[in-house]
Amino acid sequence: MRIACPLCGDRDRREFYIQGAALARPAPEAGEDAWQDYVYLRDNPAGETRELWYHEAGCGAWLVVTRDTVSHEVRAVTLAERGLP
Amino acid sequence: MRFSGWRVLKEGLTGNTGWTPHWRDPEPKPGYDAIIIGGGGHGLSTAYYLAREHGITNVAVLEKGYIGGGNVGRNTTIVRANYVLPGNSEFYSHSLKLWEGLEQDLNYNVMHSQRGLINLFHSDGQRDAAARRGNAMINQGDDAILLDRAGVRRLLPYLDHDNARFPVYGGLYHKRGGTARHDAVAWGYARGADARGVDLIQNCEVTGIDIAGGRVTGVQTTRGPFRAKKVGIVVAGRSSQVAAMAGMRLPVESQVLQAFVPEGLKPVIDHVVTFGMGHFYISQSDKGGLVFGGDIDMYASYAARGNLPTAEHVMEAGLTLMPMIGKARVLRSWGGIVDMTPDGSPIIDRTGTEGLYLNCGWNYGGFKAVPASGHCFAHLMATDRPHGAATGFRLDRFRTGQGIIDEEGTGAQHNLH
Repeated sequence: MRIACPLCGDRDRREFYIQGAALARPAPEAGEDAWQDYVYLRDNPAGETRELWYHEAGCGAWLVVTRDTVSHEVRAVTLAERGLP
Repeated sequence: MRFSGWRVLKEGLTGNTGWTPHWRDPEPKPGYDAIIIGGGGHGLSTAYYLAREHGITNVAVLEKGYIGGGNVGRNTTIVRANYVLPGNSEFYSHSLKLWEGLEQDLNYNVMHSQRGLINLFHSDGQRDAAARRGNAMINQGDDAILLDRAGVRRLLPYLDHDNARFPVYGGLYHKRGGTARHDAVAWGYARGADARGVDLIQNCEVTGIDIAGGRVTGVQTTRGPFRAKKVGIVVAGRSSQVAAMAGMRLPVESQVLQAFVPEGLKPVIDHVVTFGMGHFYISQSDKGGLVFGGDIDMYASYAARGNLPTAEHVMEAGLTLMPMIGKARVLRSWGGIVDMTPDGSPIIDRTGTEGLYLNCGWNYGGFKAVPASGHCFAHLMATDRPHGAATGFRLDRFRTGQGIIDEEGTGAQHNLH
């Protein structure tokens, strides 16, 4: 699996750390349900998913990677600082 | 058809013409008292114990593929009861006791081999942790022996004991640990359930769960609808998809776990051995293949195949620990889809829907749990109360924060197990 970092170009999966599903963080006082959803519950799709990856051994950028969990195809990579696409 | 030595002898002398199929291929009935979604190890054992322990025989197991074709036929076959934390400890202890009587119970040779399992350690800190784990196992009523360097040398002479980076300090020896023939476990439970009247419906994928007034009423499948008073979901890596049919979102992420088998060799590895300083574990099957694996790939996947970095890590760790395997050529590698929970422990519980039950989250260690998982899930489905050995596997523990079972002590978070 290779991931095209917007800053560094096409790089090997070994350079990246994966955080997991890219989800919008709830407000601190959003309540138990919202926080349980965010921290624990997952859609866990068989197909397209969006994840946060960190270019640990490269530029250090956090990335939002759109990836297919069935084929491992990486479809899009954007900088996380630009928000969730 | 019962198996016995006499039967084998007789069939051997009469051309093996008397063997019959192990289970029927029945026409599905329109309704059942209980339906198990998923004909893997856990689903089959659930059906078996529903019939055997609770007398509930009007049961169907719905399997989208074929019996033995999922994770139960794709794992690395290790059986052990070496857990520390309450919740896990009594459950796996219960499971190992069921394993020890399983072949007589099923009248089926599952090749359960208590060859012993040795978890190696490579530092003083790891020795302390191993001693603590061993004490917890003994307190639970199971067995553990703390081996020193000489003890490990005697048992496992082939290791690189004096490795400059990771010298072997000792090992925790669990004599009752070992392996079993995974396919035979599926076949044995399938045969046992079938003999007690359970319908095993293969090539039957569940496409919907019928719910009316907060109660489950049946399921929709590719072979038509079935009514049911009770439905159990036991589908491992596909748990999120099936639970979504009942409007549930689970604390589960499906990931890929790889395993490897080289060419068949003469007996060289007599036990199950795990490396303490890298993700690597190994045993040798009765056919001669070394069966080994390591960690999950650490990203969400339904691909049933992994990537090279994890394969490389497993090989590196293996060669560091036992350089002798370096000349064996890997013949096969594969990936199984495992249902990871945030704390690395499973879920056996009721759901918000009356009559709908959930058994999932077996992470990378579901095989050894097959007997107790089915035993406890059958108890839950039959009585609506959790079995005493599985009271900790609650679905709501993540919401409440109470009863998190984080065996690794790394934190209850999705990317940490």
